[in-house]
Amino acid sequence: MCRTGSGRDPRAMTTHPVIEVSGLRKSYGGRAVVDGVTFAVEEGEIFGILGPNGAGKTTTVECVEGLRTPDEGRARVAGLDPVADHEQVSRVLGAQLQQSELQAKITVREALELYASFYPHPADWRPLAERLDITGQLAARFGKLSGGQKQRLFIALALIGNPRVVVLDELTTGLDPRARRDTWRLIEDVRGNGVTVLLVTHFMEEAQRLCDRIAVIDKGRIAALDTPAGLIRRASGSTVISFTPSAPLDEDELQALPALASVAHKDGLITLAGTDETVNAVISLLARQHITAHQLRVTDATLDDAFLDLTEASA
Amino acid sequence: MSTSTLSAARPRAAVLRTEVRLFRREPGGIFWILMFPTLLLVILGSIPAFRESDKSLGGLRLVDLYVPVVVLVAMITAGAQSMPQALTGYRERGILRRMSTTPVRPSSLLSAQMLVHGLAVLVSTLLALAVGRVAFDVRLPEQLAGYVLALVLAVLAALALGSVVSAVSRTTKIAGAIGSAVYFPMMFCAGVWLPVQSMPHTLARVVELTPFGAAARALGQAASGDWPGWGHLGVLAAWTVLLSALAARWFRWE
Repeated sequence: MCRTGSGRDPRAMTTHPVIEVSGLRKSYGGRAVVDGVTFAVEEGEIFGILGPNGAGKTTTVECVEGLRTPDEGRARVAGLDPVADHEQVSRVLGAQLQQSELQAKITVREALELYASFYPHPADWRPLAERLDITGQLAARFGKLSGGQKQRLFIALALIGNPRVVVLDELTTGLDPRARRDTWRLIEDVRGNGVTVLLVTHFMEEAQRLCDRIAVIDKGRIAALDTPAGLIRRASGSTVISFTPSAPLDEDELQALPALASVAHKDGLITLAGTDETVNAVISLLARQHITAHQLRVTDATLDDAFLDLTEASA
Repeated sequence: MSTSTLSAARPRAAVLRTEVRLFRREPGGIFWILMFPTLLLVILGSIPAFRESDKSLGGLRLVDLYVPVVVLVAMITAGAQSMPQALTGYRERGILRRMSTTPVRPSSLLSAQMLVHGLAVLVSTLLALAVGRVAFDVRLPEQLAGYVLALVLAVLAALALGSVVSAVSRTTKIAGAIGSAVYFPMMFCAGVWLPVQSMPHTLARVVELTPFGAAARALGQAASGDWPGWGHLGVLAAWTVLLSALAARWFRWE
């Protein structure tokens, strides 16, 4: 899959990130919801914003969409101010909002035609509806659609203006696992067409699977910004070793292992989180004491583990 | 300049077309704004006493007075009840926000709603005039230009009233409550229970200072061939300006 914006002007790609956010601050009633967020998204990237509920993810992307004016700092989309140059920005940026609806009695076809009429060079809605698998619902009213169908329609509306950037906020919340997986394929497909994707989510699996880079936001600040693999490596306890020893092991010796992040005992199974160094030390410890490790497994930690570690560290 | 106005006209027309379509899918709006006023006229006109010429009304019959009254019923229903429900619903359900992310401003949805309700009142008026003429021999407005002027001013006042209700109501439930609270006094002032022309002198003077009391007098005068009193038209215009200013000040997009 193409990772660097095929079909776009390569000069635009190398000179400017398509989204730039720097020193962004926004407070409500004296409480800082976004407190100095800085990041840049390159053309053709799927960039994730990950964080617990209330971390400031939505407020951050709302500043990018021009729905909110930052108190301090700035957001730029294709070099433009989303508030001051709202009309130009809205032509290159398509958005799917959290908790937004359409008129209950508008049909899917009417919604597609209506939103297409808003843009100077809209996409043809027929192939778009086909790609999103809503052709069977064209005559159905919005109020009668299932959650998955509504989400697919919103993706279609976000794409109908032929945008360079789409912002998807909590896209798969409330979808069943199959619909969620279908939606992920769709997002990869969208990026395959050269569209930059800014994805807000609180699903680790989603972020790990889709994103090229992830900004972990916690309490209005960026706790970490890296590739999914980089985030996992960066977290303490990025490697997990589990085994059942043939004879009891001394707890003090376990605790003394280098780079150890955590120890857990369950039904004789010992699970250690640490680094490669920890793995080597455990193996030599077992060898020295002539203990056999049954069911020995060494695995990478998941983004889940890394996320908890990163957001706890900033707490 | 002219190209940007031109390119903005197409989406606005599309929004209006969609809102007209959606209005036609609301049986409640169609019944209460388009049908009910004329139905009320038919019910009242079926009472024999309403069809007798009354000397205290200058030889007019009650049914003659009720044609403008039912036209006002359509306006008050559209302004105080129907439009605030639609607008607060659009805000509550994120439809205005969704539109804010497109090149089209959400204000085009507001103006489309106003136009749709204004058009619905117009259709309702034509229906009431036609049925009054055919079924009860009520003469069509004799001072047509004055009637149209009074009608337009009254519709503007009703839409401005609806905008204020939408502006101060955070949810559709609150809009429903405020709409109903406004509805009944407005209906009284319009003369639904007792035409303004038949009210006791002091009460009539007070009612004529309200938007629909003034509208009832202005429409009544134009219907019977006089130019509507400038005082009544002035009251209507003043209310429209005041209510529009309040709506613009208080309206929130989210």
